[in-house]
Amino acid sequence: MISMYLDIWQLLGGLIHWLLVDIIGAFVGWLGFHGLEAWLGSPGVLNFVTILIVALIVFVVGMLVSITLIWQERKTLGRLMDRRGTQVGPIGLFQNFADALKVLVKEHIVPEAADSLVYNLAPVVIIGTSLMMFVTLPYSPGFYVSNPQLGLLLTLALFGIVPFAVLLGGWASNNKYTLIGGMRAAAQIIAYEVPLLLSVVGVVILTGSLNFFEIVQWQQDNVWLIAPMIIGAFTFVISMVAELERVPFDLPEAEAELVEGWGTEYGGMRFGLIMMSEYARGFVGSSIITLVFLGGWDMPDFLNVIPVGLWFLLKVFMVFGIIIWVRGALPRVRTDQILNLGWKRLLPLAAINIAIAIVFKTAGVF
Amino acid sequence: MAEMWINMGPQHPMTHGLWNLRVKVDGETITDAEPVIGYLHRGWEKMVENRKYPQIIPMADRLCYGSSFTWSHVYCMAVENLMGLEVPERAKWIRAMSDELQRIGNHLMWLAAIGPDLGNLTIFLYAIREREMFLDLFQSLCGARMTYNYCRIGGVRNAAPPNWERDVLRTLDYFEKRIDEYEDLVDRNKVFRMRMEGLAPMSGKDAINLGITGPVLRASGVKYDVRHNDPYEIYDEVDWHMCTADEGDTYARYRVRMDEMRMSVQIVRDILKKMPKDGPIRVKPPRNAPVGTGFARMEDPRGESLIYVVGKGDDEPYRLKVRSPLYVILSATPLLLRGHKVADVPSILGMIDVCMGETDR
Repeated sequence: MISMYLDIWQLLGGLIHWLLVDIIGAFVGWLGFHGLEAWLGSPGVLNFVTILIVALIVFVVGMLVSITLIWQERKTLGRLMDRRGTQVGPIGLFQNFADALKVLVKEHIVPEAADSLVYNLAPVVIIGTSLMMFVTLPYSPGFYVSNPQLGLLLTLALFGIVPFAVLLGGWASNNKYTLIGGMRAAAQIIAYEVPLLLSVVGVVILTGSLNFFEIVQWQQDNVWLIAPMIIGAFTFVISMVAELERVPFDLPEAEAELVEGWGTEYGGMRFGLIMMSEYARGFVGSSIITLVFLGGWDMPDFLNVIPVGLWFLLKVFMVFGIIIWVRGALPRVRTDQILNLGWKRLLPLAAINIAIAIVFKTAGVF
Repeated sequence: MAEMWINMGPQHPMTHGLWNLRVKVDGETITDAEPVIGYLHRGWEKMVENRKYPQIIPMADRLCYGSSFTWSHVYCMAVENLMGLEVPERAKWIRAMSDELQRIGNHLMWLAAIGPDLGNLTIFLYAIREREMFLDLFQSLCGARMTYNYCRIGGVRNAAPPNWERDVLRTLDYFEKRIDEYEDLVDRNKVFRMRMEGLAPMSGKDAINLGITGPVLRASGVKYDVRHNDPYEIYDEVDWHMCTADEGDTYARYRVRMDEMRMSVQIVRDILKKMPKDGPIRVKPPRNAPVGTGFARMEDPRGESLIYVVGKGDDEPYRLKVRSPLYVILSATPLLLRGHKVADVPSILGMIDVCMGETDR
């Protein structure tokens, strides 16, 4: 099966080689700087520049997709609630940019009583780890930054850092609401992190790999993993919603009782970037669900004309649409209820999922 | 974590109105609570002592933004009691009908408010959408959407407009289907039920001892409704029954209010059927009230509201006392909140439907 995709490494590698060797290198050589010409043409420099440009492009695409997810959420949620959603620009697309501009010009305030070092550090950690997760995500066989052997594990590990930064930020703000919000983030991570990781163990057992490409390849060869691992997919989606701190599990920023939760004291562009990074994580979470359970960029043969990268993004939007739908339908659960849910419902389900995976593997079905 | 006091209010998303709830928390668990009111005190009762009797009607409207008609209604009933006026039959029916429409509108606003309290905005927009229709009905009835200035001492200001009956019946038919939609969204939703069932139970004995009235009392299994126990206007001629629940928890309070909305629809339908179609709607009241006292009580959407008025022989009252149901119910917040989680504060207090205008006066 031939699928359409763009190999960004080959394309950009060729482009950079042409630029540095054939244009700039030739010009520098014509000027007489032969040492510089040789240095520009050396594989180290070429690789370094290529990596930089690829990372930049993947980052920009990830950010654009995240912005589109915000737009998608506002529009879909608006329709679910019988209202129109954003209206700025064509079909409301410019609202996010208007909002970004608004928070950008706001004054930057650090509360006097706050621990300013930790207070300033927490958003950096949150935004940094959220954007770092783009590194391991492949959109198509040719559109990715890096391909670590343990990509799935690395991404899930990066997810686990954010609640600690939330706890730090909430504590450092020196406000009672933010403190309770931060403590809730810490309590919540205990509830969902274990089922989240256990529910992908079944996938790892079946596919024998933690690498996104191999997991997708396995699904292309056999079947989308949502079919054998339906319980695991269910558990994983619920845990992922909790991981993303979205309704019904947005306890750390429960705006009804805790004003704005752990982020009460964060304003201006900090708030904007934290919110942006939430959607970046939403994109990464939906991508993991797509890659692991919905076959990644795998598509039926008759759809071959669609580029696989776009097909992948289509699936991501669909998964995120389900998460938005959940937000439209459910209220927030309570701290003790999420612990009950995590330990008494999701954990046994994840264990059953592992048992099913072992049965499939030993019976040699796949 | 050591115990600490948290101020929820006066500027806080939990407070529907301007008040302050201080809760003492041990981690997430509430060990004590203390309502602080008075932020919206306007000196209402003193102000009206310098107003003529008809001038107080629009001020009574402003006692509660959610259910203004019931307050002007109870004020007019109190003054009629003082003056010894007999209201024409048709005006009584129109007043009762407006009361029930106002009750639906107010309960819709309560339903809208509990949505964000529990963390779901959908129910908010759905309920506000339907409330708009009842505001439109009131607009066609008396020209205003929130503060109606419609009730008059000795009757009502004007008769219902043409096509009123048709419009009301259409709205009610549509609205009954929408109530089913709310129940699909809330009652059949496991997470909503998880947040409400078994939460903040209150026995009927406690409720009576605290002087609580209205849906909160009826949710504790006490059969008390002024419309039934002391029927005013025409409520003894209408086909209706009291909505009660036995559990006494937050979900029961929710259920009682939802049932009351259905019951109000039934009452309005019955009133439209039995209402006299013509006749006087207003008698001319005397300018001066006699020396003496008058009082009236009625079933406000939030509980039993009472106005006690003392006349001094001229056209201004000597003293006017308002008994607000919410003022009494708020004193029960420590009992309701103790032992529950911080996350439950909005859902517990949302169910008593706080309105500060009438509480602080």
